[in-house]
Amino acid sequence: MFKPLTSFFELTGAYFLLLKKTLTKPQNWKIFWENYFRELDDIGLKTVGLISFISFFIGGVVVIQTALNLENPLIDPSLIGFAAKQSVILEFSPTLSSVILAGIVGSYIASTIGTMRITEQIDALDVMGINSANYLILPKILAAVTFYPFLIALSMFLGVFGGWVAGIVTDLVSTQDYLEGIRIGFEPFHFTYSMIKTIIFAFLIASIPSFFGYRVRGGALEVGRASTKAVIWTSVMIVFWNYIITQLLLS
Amino acid sequence: MIEVKNIKKSFGDHVVLKGISAIFEKGKVNMIIGQSGSGKTVFLKTIMGLIEPDEGEISFDGRIWHLLSTKEQAKIRQEMGVVFQGNALFDSLTIEQNVSFPLRMFTRKTPREIKERVDEVLEQVGLPGVQKKLPAELSGGQKKRVAIARAIVMFPKYLFADEPNSGLDPKTAIRIDDLLMDLTKQYDTTTLVNTHDMNSIMEIGEKIILLKNGYKAWEGTKDEIFYSDNPDLNDFVFSSELYREMKELFLKYKGRV
Repeated sequence: MFKPLTSFFELTGAYFLLLKKTLTKPQNWKIFWENYFRELDDIGLKTVGLISFISFFIGGVVVIQTALNLENPLIDPSLIGFAAKQSVILEFSPTLSSVILAGIVGSYIASTIGTMRITEQIDALDVMGINSANYLILPKILAAVTFYPFLIALSMFLGVFGGWVAGIVTDLVSTQDYLEGIRIGFEPFHFTYSMIKTIIFAFLIASIPSFFGYRVRGGALEVGRASTKAVIWTSVMIVFWNYIITQLLLS
Repeated sequence: MIEVKNIKKSFGDHVVLKGISAIFEKGKVNMIIGQSGSGKTVFLKTIMGLIEPDEGEISFDGRIWHLLSTKEQAKIRQEMGVVFQGNALFDSLTIEQNVSFPLRMFTRKTPREIKERVDEVLEQVGLPGVQKKLPAELSGGQKKRVAIARAIVMFPKYLFADEPNSGLDPKTAIRIDDLLMDLTKQYDTTTLVNTHDMNSIMEIGEKIILLKNGYKAWEGTKDEIFYSDNPDLNDFVFSSELYREMKELFLKYKGRV
């Protein structure tokens, strides 16, 4: 009966032990920065296209849905812009984009590190006296934490921009009303709140899949299973921490 | 020289190593042989420091591993060269980057010095001109040679090879054996080779220990194999009809039968 609970605590303990091993000073800074820039490309720049595409169209859909549900003539049409801005900045860009990134980047990280584990590449690092967790995982965490805030800021811009384009194309909201809507009630702290969330989610997106990849034992099947687990647990943790952070910062 | 005393290791209820002691001499190819599942890989990985033994002592030229500080252990690790069974080359790095990896990580050599050393070891293993290729572009035998090049690039004192011939054709396997023997003599390393390849054992096994069910069942040289009446050794080495006939012929020739 208590087995799932025990394994959850075991996993959590193992995760923090791996973090302890990971979050130490790199043995060679030059190689660390080389790895960091490689990771910026692999888990950062390569996701820009998909996140931009999704953000633009989700912004558009939010505007169309809001406009179609506000048929009362007494409601100010600028509220459509306001609703689009709020939902994009507060939730869609930081949370939904992070869940999407958990899928794209999480499976990539878990399968890469898992394959390195089963092909003894991690053993090769360990036997040379290299802290393999620090060497492999720290550049990924730093790349995610430094790049994703910019990616999410871009996502916010494209979401709001996509909403405006959709409003114009469908003739559901005028440019003037939309611009007025995105200006009213602008709370700078909402942006800060989103960035805080993004940094925490970025840490989870890089560290949880690394953990599942690092502890793979066996062969290709286990690497596949680790990838799936990594995506599931990262998504669950993003949703869970989204609730906690929102409660702490906005309530 | 590497000395191991009474090494024991279990995984849960499964006892893999049941108290093995041995001395592996410097400048010689020391072989650990045995059937699959006999504990060879666990034994080798325990000596390399990848698996912590439950009991026992491992010393490298008198330096007892578990009594050393992390820094001292790291120094010994840099004196080790390891050829893994699956080569363990880093897929995303070129051959030059793979071979130069320990040099870049641990030394302050200039890029030119590093390049010279990489060219030198690739020349030694018979693979000049592959520096810019990726591991995926090489054959199994070539990858093994690159793995050997990476293992010797730091002038190791201790050279480990886990089943270096697995998956290779007999001719390439003999080349790898010869290479390991030559490098052992040239660098004066304490070389440990894990294998169940009979050709390798007869070709380069200067000192051999046989593991069976986690015990050391026999110890000797390749020349002593033919004369031994140890049942475990005969059961393993002369398990095929061909090798049994070969042994009979050899002993007849030597006038022992």
